[in-house]
Amino acid sequence: MAQSNVPEGLLYSKEHEWVRVEGDVATIGITDYAQASLGDIVYVELPRVGAALTQSASIGVVESVKAVSDVYTPVGGEVVGINDGLEGDPASVNRDPYGDGWFFSVRLADTSQLNDLLSPQQYEQLVAEA
Amino acid sequence: MTADSGALRRTALYDAHLAQGARMVPFGGFEMPVQYTSILKEHDAVRNRAGLFDLSHMGQFALRGADVGTWAETLTVNTVANMKPGQARYNVFTNERGGAHDDVIFYRLDETRWLLVVNASNAEKMWDVVASARAGDVRLENLHGERALIAIQGPRSVEWLQPYVEHDLGAMKYYSCAETRVRGGAAVIVARTGYTGEDGFEIFLDAPEATGVWDLLLAENREGGLEPCGLGARDVLRLEAGMPLYGHEMDEEITPLQAGLGWAVKFDKPAFVGKDALAAQREAGDYARIVGLTMEGRVPARAGYSVLRDGARCGEIRSGSWGPSVGKNVATALVDAAAAEPGTALEVEVRGARHAASVAPLPFYKRPKR
Repeated sequence: MAQSNVPEGLLYSKEHEWVRVEGDVATIGITDYAQASLGDIVYVELPRVGAALTQSASIGVVESVKAVSDVYTPVGGEVVGINDGLEGDPASVNRDPYGDGWFFSVRLADTSQLNDLLSPQQYEQLVAEA
Repeated sequence: MTADSGALRRTALYDAHLAQGARMVPFGGFEMPVQYTSILKEHDAVRNRAGLFDLSHMGQFALRGADVGTWAETLTVNTVANMKPGQARYNVFTNERGGAHDDVIFYRLDETRWLLVVNASNAEKMWDVVASARAGDVRLENLHGERALIAIQGPRSVEWLQPYVEHDLGAMKYYSCAETRVRGGAAVIVARTGYTGEDGFEIFLDAPEATGVWDLLLAENREGGLEPCGLGARDVLRLEAGMPLYGHEMDEEITPLQAGLGWAVKFDKPAFVGKDALAAQREAGDYARIVGLTMEGRVPARAGYSVLRDGARCGEIRSGSWGPSVGKNVATALVDAAAAEPGTALEVEVRGARHAASVAPLPFYKRPKR
């Protein structure tokens, strides 16, 4: 597989999600490695705004042409935003996984959960070994 | 057959697939490319230009002898003996209950030589079926894994393949075959058959010749838009074209009548395995059957999901995918007879929620007349 893009300034999970932290809000999506592994994405099922998510819980699915995969939330909290654009343009996850293809954002229940996540260097290592 | 049936086999094109960046998956006992770049991109190539497929994992049996045609008719639903040299014909091997052992294509090369192509996943079972039923002047040879199969599928297939093949491809009818040579001299069988809903050809050849043909076709036509295509794109293409996949729309329990293949079942033949069961099923008429479904929303239906009518379960999804040429999520389902009429409003249960769908006539996609 081609070299994956792992931007600085984000945190990562072993399940191939990224987390961007701004104050007490975390925005979450799937990594470049994940979108390339899944292939052409045709549907994303997201949690509802206001839902209370538990860290590591399965909170939706991402579907490629051929397969259905669970999405896990790397951090817990209340959902404060979802990416409505994915309904009409799920392929934006393939095109721009760290931008237009973001999934949802939560108000962090417990910022210490961020300590469970990987740095860009640690995540690059994980992908290199995959 | 290899002694170790647990080990995955490789086709002659394995290294060529890796060189093209294919993602390989186990399928039918072989390591096969599921995609090279993107299923949607490969699908687009086949619908609008052409795509190249390695189908060397499929079972190829050579049949020889004066009695092949009449013998094969006792094991299958369609006619065989009346095929002329140069014809190909779709057929189904059945069990006593009318269920399908496999769906296959017979290619008649001359008066006494035939090629039988079976699904990769059924190749060992089908060898047992034909070998154990052998009778009269019928000689069988299992070429599975020794012969290769390359398909070129798409509207530009004639244009791109013709420079390498002696036989006049444009003059070939759909479902015809010919023995000819490729540039360089290798003997091949070329047939105007396929599994994508597009015009195209399948080229049967000795395994050592496969890489040369594959590399040459790609090298000279890649810039024009010929794409190597994997099994992922193939499955979407065949689903849109309404073609059954063994194990999904048909299996040992789902009969050819249920699969919508009544046109291939010739009840006027004197006798064939499963004829009585199929005749009784046709007579009763109330059997569950395969239908096409289109989903109204963006949620894809997947094999195994429940199908409901007026809140009650009436069947299950057998195949499902985004249909790029349809612009909707499409599926096949095995549903009760009462729910099978095109236009019937149904629901599909997806992760506990119900999503609207309706019965659609098959195929979902027909190629435009050009």
